[in-house]
Amino acid sequence: MGATSFDLSLLSLSSPGWGGVLLMGLLMSLQVAIGGYLLGLLIGIGGAAGKLWGGPILRDLLEVYTTVVRGVPELVLILILYYAGTDAVNQLMQLLGLPAVDISGLTAGIFVIGVVQGAYSTEVLRGAILAVPPGQLEAARAYGMSPLLSLRRITFPAMLPYAIPGLSNLWLIATKDTALLAVVGFAELTLVTRQAAGTTKAFLTFFLAAGALYLMVTLVSNLIIGIIEKRARRGFARTEGAA
Amino acid sequence: MSEVTAIPAYQAPKARSLFEPHRIFLMVLFAIILLSMAWFMRWDWIPRYQTRLLWGIWETIVMLFSTAIAGFILAVPLGLVQVTGPKPLAWLARGFCTLIRGTPLLLQLWLLYYGLGSLFAQYPEIRQSFLWPYLRQAWPYGFAALTISFAAYEGEVMRGAFAGVPKGELEAAKAYGMGRFTMFRRIWLPRAIQRTLPTLTGETVIQLKSTPLVATVTVVDVYAVISKVRQDTFLTYEPLLLLAAIYLILTGILVFSFRQLEKRIPNRGV
Repeated sequence: MGATSFDLSLLSLSSPGWGGVLLMGLLMSLQVAIGGYLLGLLIGIGGAAGKLWGGPILRDLLEVYTTVVRGVPELVLILILYYAGTDAVNQLMQLLGLPAVDISGLTAGIFVIGVVQGAYSTEVLRGAILAVPPGQLEAARAYGMSPLLSLRRITFPAMLPYAIPGLSNLWLIATKDTALLAVVGFAELTLVTRQAAGTTKAFLTFFLAAGALYLMVTLVSNLIIGIIEKRARRGFARTEGAA
Repeated sequence: MSEVTAIPAYQAPKARSLFEPHRIFLMVLFAIILLSMAWFMRWDWIPRYQTRLLWGIWETIVMLFSTAIAGFILAVPLGLVQVTGPKPLAWLARGFCTLIRGTPLLLQLWLLYYGLGSLFAQYPEIRQSFLWPYLRQAWPYGFAALTISFAAYEGEVMRGAFAGVPKGELEAAKAYGMGRFTMFRRIWLPRAIQRTLPTLTGETVIQLKSTPLVATVTVVDVYAVISKVRQDTFLTYEPLLLLAAIYLILTGILVFSFRQLEKRIPNRGV
């Protein structure tokens, strides 16, 4: 009956326990989530700009990108991008006459999560920019602001309150999507949990512990998001009041 | 003064036609890519796996709709209790939603399958019960995980929907002498469901995209069939590209049919 009782010593940080391994997995998950989220944000900024102000071909291509990413399961995308991404880099290296590189799981994971997140970020940012009242932009133009200046001074701060709920949602999705990298063998929290559970046969203990870690990440994120949202909203309310 | 020109009035962009020159160019480009993929890649395995693939697609669709419907049925009390239920029940429902929404679905699935599965196996009472033949299989765990996940996400939506039904309508129902249950059945629930309809398309698409996870616990859906193809043929890209295309088509059909459905449901005053 050893497997049903919760043997907490299994979770201890030092060697016979697996706590340290789990925490390392959590660290890996967080690294991929943060890296992928930031990459996604970069893609999203470019994508939103392209969709709003780009030429017709760029716009159509971006539409294809966001549609495909949003219509295909993350798991499938991760498999395709994981293999295709590492393959493409090695092909490129071969073309340049360089030796093949071993791409770390971390880089590949960040790339994969970033490409997936980028499609959603594009839509969130595009929607937020469109939500900025056109009168404010016209006012900026009337004051003689150049397009770049009005982007920096008006569009960017004014769109933030609209973008933050969507972007924070994306962050929460990013932290959970990292679990899918377990399927391609990247040692993040879910995979190391399964390894620990498989080795010790204490499935419930480890899966519950990992669940608690994920939940902690979500709850802490929610706290921080709440603070950020309040800050952004405060500025938002003031501009509304002044307008 | 000659510099002053009136700012042109805002003109709505022209409705984009499918056959603008650049689109025709892009379509030709895509057609060439598709044809060269069909020509240069290996697709000779498709006929051999045809029946299994179709079966897998069917399994995916069954998984999708059964869990979405079961999840929705669970979501109604989850949402309702949070709006009107007694405090402890409301907290419980809230905690459940937070817990499920705050952890990855893959982890929940593995917790159920490996964790509960191994736990069940230790109790002779369960092993001897009539449920055991089912509990030994993988699909009940996949079904349970997907249902719970859908219920938690949709429960949050239902909470907002129940809370958003105008007070006046409920008061009117009360004024007509409806009992609490009649009021719920005739006014509150239908109005709340009507309010959730726009989100339902998105939630169902997300659910479709979650279904391949069940393949990781040996349920044979279309994803599992493709994995089998990859193992048998040692091909990397071809099966995965076909899989992506299948899911893209399924998503397209789903979005299209929901749009048709939405047109038929009156949405005035939502």
